[in-house]
Amino acid sequence: MTVAGVLDVVLRLVLVVGAFLLLPLLVGQLEHKAMAHMQSRVGPMYAGGFHGWAQLVADGVKFVQKEHVVPTAADRTVFSLAPAVALLPYLLVLAAVPVGPGLVAVDLPAGLFFALAVLSVSVLGSIMAGWSSANKYALLGGMRTAAQLLAYELPLVLAGSSVVMAAGTLSLSGIVLAWRPWWLVWQAAAAVVFFVSGLAELARPPFDMPLADSEIVLGPLTEYTGLRFALFMLAEYAGIVVLCALTAVLFLGGWRGPFGDASLGPIWLLAKIFLLAFVVIWVRVSTPRLRSDQLQRLAWLVLVPMSLGQLALTGVVKVVTS
Amino acid sequence: MRFYGKGILTGLAVTLRAMTRRAVTRQYPEVRPDLPPRSRGVIALLEENCTSCMLCARECPDWCIYIESHKETLPPATEGGRERSRNVLDRFAIDFSLCMYCGICIEVCPFDALFWTPEFEYAEHDIAELTHERDVLREWMWTVPPPPALDPGAERPKEVVDALRAAAEGRPA
Repeated sequence: MTVAGVLDVVLRLVLVVGAFLLLPLLVGQLEHKAMAHMQSRVGPMYAGGFHGWAQLVADGVKFVQKEHVVPTAADRTVFSLAPAVALLPYLLVLAAVPVGPGLVAVDLPAGLFFALAVLSVSVLGSIMAGWSSANKYALLGGMRTAAQLLAYELPLVLAGSSVVMAAGTLSLSGIVLAWRPWWLVWQAAAAVVFFVSGLAELARPPFDMPLADSEIVLGPLTEYTGLRFALFMLAEYAGIVVLCALTAVLFLGGWRGPFGDASLGPIWLLAKIFLLAFVVIWVRVSTPRLRSDQLQRLAWLVLVPMSLGQLALTGVVKVVTS
Repeated sequence: MRFYGKGILTGLAVTLRAMTRRAVTRQYPEVRPDLPPRSRGVIALLEENCTSCMLCARECPDWCIYIESHKETLPPATEGGRERSRNVLDRFAIDFSLCMYCGICIEVCPFDALFWTPEFEYAEHDIAELTHERDVLREWMWTVPPPPALDPGAERPKEVVDALRAAAEGRPA
């Protein structure tokens, strides 16, 4: 490998890690502020001076200072490892997201397959945390996470495969290149199913049964403190970024925009990501938490049939137009 | 018309509308609240008006007003007349750690010696400091705002009505 090659790889990875550390914070700040204003509040106003822009930095500093407490009965190794298992998969997925024409950290031929497979690993982090905490609330939360993962993984994959059928490729870059604006209508159902299932997999409200702070404390995160808790929180927001990026790439044309794809690609993608992230926050503010049985009903009776119908539609249209 | 998902859409519309309006938050330490004149912040004493009649102390539901006074006799106003006696206030204190801000003392004072003022920043680290003595209570008088204007169409104040009637009958009010 030449020096230029090594530098190229290093630069790509640095950019991905930078985006991975920065974007979740921006989404978190957006959530602080958008949620506050939706509730007729102003949100953080002090940290950093201007409208509390440094609130999450301050939170991070606070978390670092805190003690790392491991319960006596906990499975120490698994307990300490769980936040990393929850967080790292999102970093890996982010590396596979194309941000411009030919601009992707790692261009995988089976990018979507990789993304969906690695995305599910993250949920294992929550289950590990729930099991190893030696706490009944954490265990309940972990089990709920597992149930939710089982229910929503299927519609997620089905919705993704609809786009794969339409584009005829598993590569994320290939899907963006094959994307046409009329797919917005054609793949609308798949987009909704994908986005909703993704929300459920992230355990974001209204699908936050696994965390459900009013009934089981904070589910798998009950026993976590300090930096490891912060990593879980970071994982949640990194998950939002990754989900929004994947939704944008699969269903909204990724880096393609009304004009200037070649130069403005990353900006279009970022705009789409933040628009979707706003929707995530908006839905969180506006909807009450779903009950466990409602969650399962929504997955099996609405989302799975919807995605199967979308698959059929995709197939028919594909055959007719080819 | 009813359709599936209407509730969710309504909820989304509500939050979006709330986001476009100004937040109701008050920036308290930076911006002082604009409190109405009758706000029950703290009680001020105009001790020049006080006759130590003890009505306030006796009506106070939680006995948080302390009044001590003694009687002084004044020489008679006319030769051979009776000596006049008057009360001199020695101590007037309100214990705001007991006060429940009912305002009965202000209502019962026949001589307009007690007033509400909207000042509320008098928290203390020591509970004993919450007993405001007469000098502190007197200082609060400077913060008493003028009373609010009467509502349009309200009855005239009793004093004004009396004065007008007296003027019409050509006698001193």
